[in-house]
Amino acid sequence: MNAQTRRGFLVGAGGAAAGLVAAGTSANADPQYWIDLPMANGRRPLERFPQKGLMIVQATRPPILETPFVVFDRDELTPNEYHYVRWHLAGIPTTVDVNAFRLKVGGLVNKPLTLTVDQLRRDFSPVELVAVSQCAGNSRGLFNPRVAGGEWANGGMSNARWRGVALKEILARAGLGAGAKQVAFSGLDRGVLPATPQFRKALDADFATGGNAMIAYEMNGRPLPLLNGFPLRLVVPGWYGTYWVKMLDTIDVLDHVEDNFWMATAYRIPDTPGNTVTPDQTGYKTIPISKFRVRSFMTNVDGGRVLGAENAADPRYPLRFRAEIRGIAFDAGSGIKKVEFSEDGGKTWRETTLGRDLGPYSFRKWHTVWDARVGNGSYTLACKATANSGDTQTDVPVWNPAGYLKNDIEKYKVNV
Amino acid sequence: MRAAVLAAALFCALGVLAVAQGQQKITVTFPPPLVQFKNGPNLGVAQANCLVCHGADYIYTQPPLTRAQWTAEVNKMRAAYKAQIADDDVPKIVDYLLSQNGKP
Repeated sequence: MNAQTRRGFLVGAGGAAAGLVAAGTSANADPQYWIDLPMANGRRPLERFPQKGLMIVQATRPPILETPFVVFDRDELTPNEYHYVRWHLAGIPTTVDVNAFRLKVGGLVNKPLTLTVDQLRRDFSPVELVAVSQCAGNSRGLFNPRVAGGEWANGGMSNARWRGVALKEILARAGLGAGAKQVAFSGLDRGVLPATPQFRKALDADFATGGNAMIAYEMNGRPLPLLNGFPLRLVVPGWYGTYWVKMLDTIDVLDHVEDNFWMATAYRIPDTPGNTVTPDQTGYKTIPISKFRVRSFMTNVDGGRVLGAENAADPRYPLRFRAEIRGIAFDAGSGIKKVEFSEDGGKTWRETTLGRDLGPYSFRKWHTVWDARVGNGSYTLACKATANSGDTQTDVPVWNPAGYLKNDIEKYKVNV
Repeated sequence: MRAAVLAAALFCALGVLAVAQGQQKITVTFPPPLVQFKNGPNLGVAQANCLVCHGADYIYTQPPLTRAQWTAEVNKMRAAYKAQIADDDVPKIVDYLLSQNGKP
C-alpha cells in the first residue's frame, strides 16, 4: 500500500472558506468535502450529522461515521463531536426523551428492575473511567487482500472519559438467578422491517458481574450525543465497540449462551494462533471477538510530510530537519509501557517520551524529536508500542475474512 | 495545505457545536443520502429491495466483489436481516451489484 496517503487527503471543496460554510448545510445532498482514504474505492464524503462535527461518512443510513485522523493529534480525549459512530440498523429513534426512558433489567434475576436515568444518577455511586472504544473492523479497508465490510481506515476509534454506574452494581441489585450464563444487552434501535432481529450482544455472566463494564450516562462531562447512544451506553473497557450497546434500555439475564446472528455468526474471529488464517483456509473454529490488541499511530505525519513542520529546517543548519513527531498508543487495559520510534522502517528503534497517564484503557500520547538529514530525501518512519502485558506490535499483519484485529506496525513515508 | 484546511474546518466546527449541554430530550434530523444508486441493469429492482433498509454507500466502498461474494451479501440480507427479497430478484440484484462494483 501507499504509506504516503495512509490518512487520506481532503480532495474536493468549493474553496476553503466557502466550502466550510456549504458543508454545514446538510439539506443539500451534494457533499462539499471528500476525502481519499488510502485504499481502492477509498473516496468518501464528509458531512455533519446532528451533534457531530465534520466526519468521514462510511454510510449515511444507518449512520457510520469515521473520525478524521487529524483529531487524534489534539487532546487524548476525542471530543464528543468527533467520536466515531457505527449503527447496524436504520431504525434509530430521532427523538429520545430522558423522562420517558427506562432501563429494564430482567430475565433470570431475583428482582427485575426498571430504572430511570435520574435513578441511575441518584441511587448508585458513580464510576468514572477513560476508555478507548474501537470498532471491531477498524482499519478493515487496509487489509491485504481486501475483505468485504465497512471499509474503515484507522479512524474507527475514539477515546472518552465515561461516567456512569458499574454494571456489576446494577446486576447485584437485581440478583442473578441460579444458572445464569450470559447477560444480553440491547437498545432502542430497530430494524426497518419488523422481522429484522434486534441488535443484541451478550457477555458471560462472570465477566458482567466481575469486570469493570459500566453503563455510561456521560461522556467527557456531557450527555452522550444521540448518535453515540444517548442517554445510556454500555462501556466495556478494553473490548471492541460491538459490545458497547448504544441507547441501552434492556438487560436480559440468560440461562444459555446467546446464539443470535450478532454473537453466533458476526463479530467472530478464527480460533487459530494469532487469530489469523490464509484467504483460502477453511474448516477452523471461530470465537466471539473480545479484547483489543496493542496499537500505536503517528498523529502529525500525513501525506509524506510532518504536519506543522514544513519550515522546521534551521537556517543555520540547512541540511538538517528537526521536527516533533507525535502519536497515540493503547491496548486492552494493561497500559502502555513504551512506544518506540524508527526512521529507517523498523531496522533501528529508540524509545519516545510518553505523555500523561489517563488510565490503562485510555489513549496514551507519545512524542519524540526527529532530526533528519535533508539530503537523505525519503524516510520510512515507524512506531511500535509495547504494553505492560508484554504484548507488542510486529510487521506481520493479521488476516481473517471479517477484517478484525489489525495491529501491525504502522509505517509512514516522509520526504524532507 | 489541504490537511491544514481540513484541520481548520474541523476545529472551527467544534466551537459551533460545543453549546448543547444538559439536554433532557434530543430530537435530530439525519441528513439525506450522500451517495445514490447509479444507473445499471435492474436499477429499479435493486433500489426497491435494498433501499428499504439501507443506503447505497457500501456498494461503492467495497473492494470489487465476485458474483459469489455479492450473492453472499444479498443472501445475508435475507437470512440475517429477514429482508423480503423474492427468489427471482436475487440474481437481478446481484447483476446490478456486479455492474456497479464487480470483479470477474
